[in-house]
Amino acid sequence: MTTVLDKVRSGREAVGDRWHHAPRWVRWALLAAVIAFFYALPNREFYQYLGPIPTPGANFTQVMFTVSIYVLLAVGLNIVVGFAGLLDLGYFGFFAVGAYTVAVLTSPSSDLKAMWPWLLAVPVAIALTMVSGVMLGTPTLRLRGDYLALVTLGFAEMIRIGAVSSEFLKGQRGFNQIPHPPGEFADGKPVFGVLDARPYYWLVLTLIILVVIGVRNLTHSRVGRAWISIREDEDAAQLMGVPTFKFKLWAFAAGAAIAGLAGALFAGKQNFVNSQNFELLNSIIILAAVIFGGSGNIVGAIVGGGLVAYMIERFRGIELFGVELYEYRFLFFGLVLVIMMIFRPEGLIPNRRRAAEFKDRRKEVTVGE
Amino acid sequence: MRQKLARVIGGAAMLALVAGGTACSSGSDDTASGGDACGNKIAFFGALTGPSAALGINENNGVKLAVDKYNKENADCKVELVPLDSQGSPDQAPQLAQKAIDDTKILGIVGPAYSGESEAAGPLFNEAGLVTITPSATNPTLAKQGWKTFFRAVGNDLSQGPGAGNYIKNVLKAEKVYVIDDQSAYGAGLADEVKKLLGPAVVGSDKVQGDGKQVEFSAVVTKVKAANVDAVFYGGYYQEAGLIRKQLTAAGITAPMVAGDGVNDAAYITSAGAAAAEGTILTCPCQPAAEARGTFKEEFKALNGTEPGTYSDTAYDAANILLAGIKAGKTTREGLLEFVKGYSGEGVAATYKFVEGGELDPAQVKVWAFKVVGGKVVPDQEIPKS
Amino acid sequence: MNFDGLFSNFGELTTTGLTQGAIYALVALGYTLVYGVLKLINFAHSEVFIAGAFFAIWTWNWFGLDQNSQVSGAGSIIFYLLVAMVVAAIASATTATVIERVAYRPLRKRNAPPLAFLITAIGASIAIAEAFGIWTRRRPEGAPILVGQEPLFRIFGVPIDAVQLLTIGAALVMMIALDMFINRSRVGRGIRAVAQDANTAALMGVNKDRIIMIVFIAGGSMAGVAGLLYDVRIQTLTYSVGFLLGLKAFTAAVLGGIGNLRGALVGGLLLGVVENYASGLFGTQWKDFAAFALLVVLLMFRPTGLLGESLGRARA
Repeated sequence: MTTVLDKVRSGREAVGDRWHHAPRWVRWALLAAVIAFFYALPNREFYQYLGPIPTPGANFTQVMFTVSIYVLLAVGLNIVVGFAGLLDLGYFGFFAVGAYTVAVLTSPSSDLKAMWPWLLAVPVAIALTMVSGVMLGTPTLRLRGDYLALVTLGFAEMIRIGAVSSEFLKGQRGFNQIPHPPGEFADGKPVFGVLDARPYYWLVLTLIILVVIGVRNLTHSRVGRAWISIREDEDAAQLMGVPTFKFKLWAFAAGAAIAGLAGALFAGKQNFVNSQNFELLNSIIILAAVIFGGSGNIVGAIVGGGLVAYMIERFRGIELFGVELYEYRFLFFGLVLVIMMIFRPEGLIPNRRRAAEFKDRRKEVTVGE
Repeated sequence: MRQKLARVIGGAAMLALVAGGTACSSGSDDTASGGDACGNKIAFFGALTGPSAALGINENNGVKLAVDKYNKENADCKVELVPLDSQGSPDQAPQLAQKAIDDTKILGIVGPAYSGESEAAGPLFNEAGLVTITPSATNPTLAKQGWKTFFRAVGNDLSQGPGAGNYIKNVLKAEKVYVIDDQSAYGAGLADEVKKLLGPAVVGSDKVQGDGKQVEFSAVVTKVKAANVDAVFYGGYYQEAGLIRKQLTAAGITAPMVAGDGVNDAAYITSAGAAAAEGTILTCPCQPAAEARGTFKEEFKALNGTEPGTYSDTAYDAANILLAGIKAGKTTREGLLEFVKGYSGEGVAATYKFVEGGELDPAQVKVWAFKVVGGKVVPDQEIPKS
Repeated sequence: MNFDGLFSNFGELTTTGLTQGAIYALVALGYTLVYGVLKLINFAHSEVFIAGAFFAIWTWNWFGLDQNSQVSGAGSIIFYLLVAMVVAAIASATTATVIERVAYRPLRKRNAPPLAFLITAIGASIAIAEAFGIWTRRRPEGAPILVGQEPLFRIFGVPIDAVQLLTIGAALVMMIALDMFINRSRVGRGIRAVAQDANTAALMGVNKDRIIMIVFIAGGSMAGVAGLLYDVRIQTLTYSVGFLLGLKAFTAAVLGGIGNLRGALVGGLLLGVVENYASGLFGTQWKDFAAFALLVVLLMFRPTGLLGESLGRARA
């Protein structure tokens, strides 16, 4: 058992080493190939040759859209949890704020009757989620890790109950006829139509790439170093003159903004937003996805978000011994989380620095164990 | 000369038209004889797992019976039933709708079962021209979105709500009524209609959380008790209704509960307990399955092993409308859509004819009251329209 | 805002709130004990509660009682209650122990960061809840009516029934027993020592693993009793109710000051009552909103809870 694990581990390290020592052009070429693959993925002409990858129980392109939204959310949450080390259990609440802002501003069933075009509502949605991130963060970021988790969870529940119960947010009746993103082909057909989910997926994919570039630049800057110092040791960081509270708030706001963007995209695609879209379980799934992939590592978060969202959908339509596996998807999800944390707590593709931390911690002496 | 030319051209045009016409008809003949008339599918779209699955399972069983009967009669040209399990969630709706649309053999849908998922899936079906007949999504706004593929085989909340209100007013002769709803599109819609009709007789109202999120209703019970009412109306689904009824009875409140078709299910009695559920009035814009003509009830039981539940018969009828179209050779989506639009005929639960927006002809909507007697839901009476 | 609704029902809202609060308090004890000793939110504790609640109902089913049976005679009622209580406590304590062994101990051996514990806890919680859901086919299970809810007597015009007396009484008895166990017994001293400084306690010869196991068993038993009381009061159980109840119980623990046994009691009762007042004032749909709002506000102004955190320092 351990030898197999060791072999896998050394194999992976070898791959990692190779990657890090490969010439620049090889890395770029590989990266380009991966990106091209994901752009090609939702085309039926392409994915029908991919064997077991497409989902049998639901339209693959639509599923890929959902997966891409989860990936975007995972990238955003990774800033909060992975870089700044703040445990946010209510991240999906920001997604709801984004989606609802777009819905209220654009839908004809909203009380405002503003009926803005989608594109105009998006920046407002992002700004509003950022503001709500700051509003939630200002009083709560002084709290310790697990308290923060609970407060954010409570906050997400409050948003959900507010959405269900307030007249203004329409509860389960929801907002319909939310406009799609703009754009027309030469023949007058809209680019973002009802039936074809590919343009939406490509839009999200492009935005993911832009966001990742942005986040990557941020982490290599002063801000990123401050976040990591906070994650490693907040008191030490404070002593060294890092304004920890300010940077924690920044991480919270940046994460929230990305979730708001994801919410706005979701609303623009879905056409309909109601309170059933924002269950608490979603927050937990995304957090688990980030940890699963490897928190603190952008690639890890992307892989985690993608895999978790995809696997949950992949169970649909598979029958084993006459039982539909879809029914068991969350049972497996829970078990995988436990097993994962026991055998590989640093995630699938860990951040190098964090992996080293984990190793160090393991060596630390604890009495009586 | 010129006249002659005109005549020649005209004749040629006529010829072309005729030829084109035959070409057209032969074209459709071709597709029909090319094996397309057989191997068609219809789909059921609704919750088959998850907390609100009971209603979906009722309906799917009804559709199953219709398809089963059709296949026995047309053994050489069967129709396949594709179940699409949405769990009642609007999130899942687009990808399942698209899945149905992708499968060009699927000609029609029975469902979506709930209003929320109908909102999310409706635009896709409309765009693809895939006809849907919902047996149970009763939110009135659905018919007002200009979807040409939306049809509703039951009356909407606007017909059921006043029915329930009238029953409370005229049959129960209640002077003080407490109205509770679960804030779902369905439950709140119904409760609003009841409140509108009963006016000042509603002495208090409260809202609870649906979807299995709330189990402890002591605050509601306290309020109902203090209001000292003759009847309690609940707009929502059976799960919460059962718990509320149980806790009301435990607190010594004997006023009967009146609820809509979302509660009209045997699972309500299991949830409330037979003793507490006794005397509950359940309304439904449908006819009792026992009233349903023919041998529907026996056949249903023989196939599925259970009694037909709420909307089993409506779903059966909806499936039969689609199957009648397929039988009549409407094996394209456009053809079947036109067929449903122009359909008029008898089913086991009602007489079907669709009007503007896909609503069931109001003249055909019947609201019935059912009563829980001895642990069973039995038909009580038809509620007059006013 | 419906002030009339609040004041005219003030008494009954208080009594039913206290009853629900007593159940929160019993579950909260589990969170508080584990947190006090391990500095860990045992997110899976809600499923420890659910296990007890299900096994209590299954015990009654085994005796041939279903939700429609009526049991009369004080002797047989007490018998059924006691048997179900023992079974529920054992089931819950076992579940808690299994969670500790499978999900937490391997991480502790490796000195994993707190985040890892939280994730395994969430994973275990989801897996156990789903297992119960699949086993019960996601349908509600009904409990027999053992204790009547007819008013027995009135205090200032507020009717009090047997379920309320039983729930609050049992919660208080369990609480006092646990308090004595922690503060008076030899093992309790060990628990307090580990809570105060685990490494030093281990150096002084306290068996840390054993102490942790005992803490999980004690917290689990309390949750099992809470499960039984829940069954008696609500009479129906669905696999998914644990999550929210666990969250509320944890809120109660934080309200009172996590790690503080008496804080759990105060927090639980307070939460139950506040929830009910909010239901009266704003409508029942805002009940959970009020609970979480209370938590957020309290943590902002007094992050250590009402009574402060002090399992280790509890009357040390």
